[in-house]
Amino acid sequence: MFRKAEVVIIGGGPAGLAAALSCHKHGIRDILLLERDEYLGGILQQCIHNGFGLHWFGEELTGPEYAQRFIDGVIEKEIPYLLNTMVIEVREDKTIYAVNPQYGLMEIKAKAVIFAMGCRERTRGALKIPGGRPAGVYTAGMAQRLINMEGYMPGREVVILGSGDIGLIMARRLTWEGARVKMVCEIMPYSTGLTRNVRQCLDDYGIPLKYNHTVVKIHGRERLEGVTIARVDDRRLPIPGSEEYVSCDTLLLSVGLIPENELSEGAGVMLDPMTGGPVVDEYRQTTIPGIFCCGNVLHVHDLVDYVSEEAEIAGDGVYRYVNGQSSSNSNYLPVVPGEGIRYVVPQRICGDREVEFFFRSDAIYERGSVELTDGERVFASKKFMRLVPGQMERLKLKKEALTDKEKIKYLQLRWKGSAKEDDRVCN
Amino acid sequence: MQLICILCPRGCHIQIQQVKDGEWKIEGHGCKRGKDYAIQEATCPLRVLTTSVWVEGGNHRLVSAKTDRSIPRDKIIESLKQTKGLTVKAPINIGDILVKNIAGTGANLVATRKIDRE
Repeated sequence: MFRKAEVVIIGGGPAGLAAALSCHKHGIRDILLLERDEYLGGILQQCIHNGFGLHWFGEELTGPEYAQRFIDGVIEKEIPYLLNTMVIEVREDKTIYAVNPQYGLMEIKAKAVIFAMGCRERTRGALKIPGGRPAGVYTAGMAQRLINMEGYMPGREVVILGSGDIGLIMARRLTWEGARVKMVCEIMPYSTGLTRNVRQCLDDYGIPLKYNHTVVKIHGRERLEGVTIARVDDRRLPIPGSEEYVSCDTLLLSVGLIPENELSEGAGVMLDPMTGGPVVDEYRQTTIPGIFCCGNVLHVHDLVDYVSEEAEIAGDGVYRYVNGQSSSNSNYLPVVPGEGIRYVVPQRICGDREVEFFFRSDAIYERGSVELTDGERVFASKKFMRLVPGQMERLKLKKEALTDKEKIKYLQLRWKGSAKEDDRVCN
Repeated sequence: MQLICILCPRGCHIQIQQVKDGEWKIEGHGCKRGKDYAIQEATCPLRVLTTSVWVEGGNHRLVSAKTDRSIPRDKIIESLKQTKGLTVKAPINIGDILVKNIAGTGANLVATRKIDRE
């Protein structure tokens, strides 16, 4: 089958749904949303806990409720979407190849494309933990799907490696379902999840969070029998002699998310090694004109509310692009992470309107500010009482603040304040 | 008592101490809600319970659910026991009551996902 669409959105999760609605709001009608699963909403449908929507809707919703509000919008606006549709290739000229059971192989010609494929979990393979290959080792998201959507219990005695949000949420969920969660091990000296989740998911149930600890061996042949954990030094290497055996039948991994960019790479967009997602400008346009992206495929967010916001920005960018209103300014200003900053999005800007930068720090810092500078002048700055890598932060650059633009070669986001907090030894 | 506020993702670190009966010394909260939260947390912690309930004749096996208001934290396990063995019939709309006055808390367990007939 061959068809055309003005805008094709790949992915029907929170980013894709909000991008579709944003395009529609800007007056675009010829939209096609492609989703590989059999329903819209993406990962939100298995995130049955609450805490979503505080920023966007001003109320606390569960994942499925948050998703449904956007799905209702898409249905009400009659935005066309295809389910069970797997995109297999996107070309630089914005031709998309996809398959689904109804139409077989499809070739879709688009004027603009929005990547909203989200991210996936890092697995055991990425960590290279030695030991057998028994059943009982799951990613946290897989366990979440099994319990919340399929109705299966992954195990009874659980160790969780990594203190990412999904791992923390699953510690509580498993406890509620009668499992015994023995501990959460975190290789870093801080949690990578939100503080509120440490409080309400672990502290509430007396589950120990062991900082500076990791799993060094997996035991068992058919079914997991236990793991060996060890303390790590400041280079994150296990300290000999600190090993401890913990019996368990289940190990959950909550060790990070990777933006899913196989399609982006195939299309030839440039990726940022720090975020794992495409390099974009303030309209979320990638290095290929007309290909945009938003959500976790761009960089991993902690809050879905920020994903929805970013999708709005991309929708606006797409509208400008298809109507020939994109910035004629092709002299991008690069924006690079400086002292204390791990990454910043967007990575380059035209600088012709207000821009909000999303960024993360590379360690815990206290009392100071983050500033945007060209090395001499400071164009924007914001004070922070506390900066932690687990929490994405934002900094606004006002349009009028960027004076004498032609003199600026690059912009750098950097931390100014107290030195990096010493790796505190907890536990 | 050291607390981390869970009302919003900011996660303020709050210190609360009872000076005398009904009088509290609170520090570190970022907003008024944080102050109320701290007192509530020090006296009777409240949480929203979320879980999944089996569905009969629906397009999904389970429907996600939540209590329509916060319930005392000590009532969570008892509330979950009430949902064991419970099966609800499709179709279900968001907000449909699945269990009334769960564990005598005054809160209802309501559906958070739309389930169509199979």
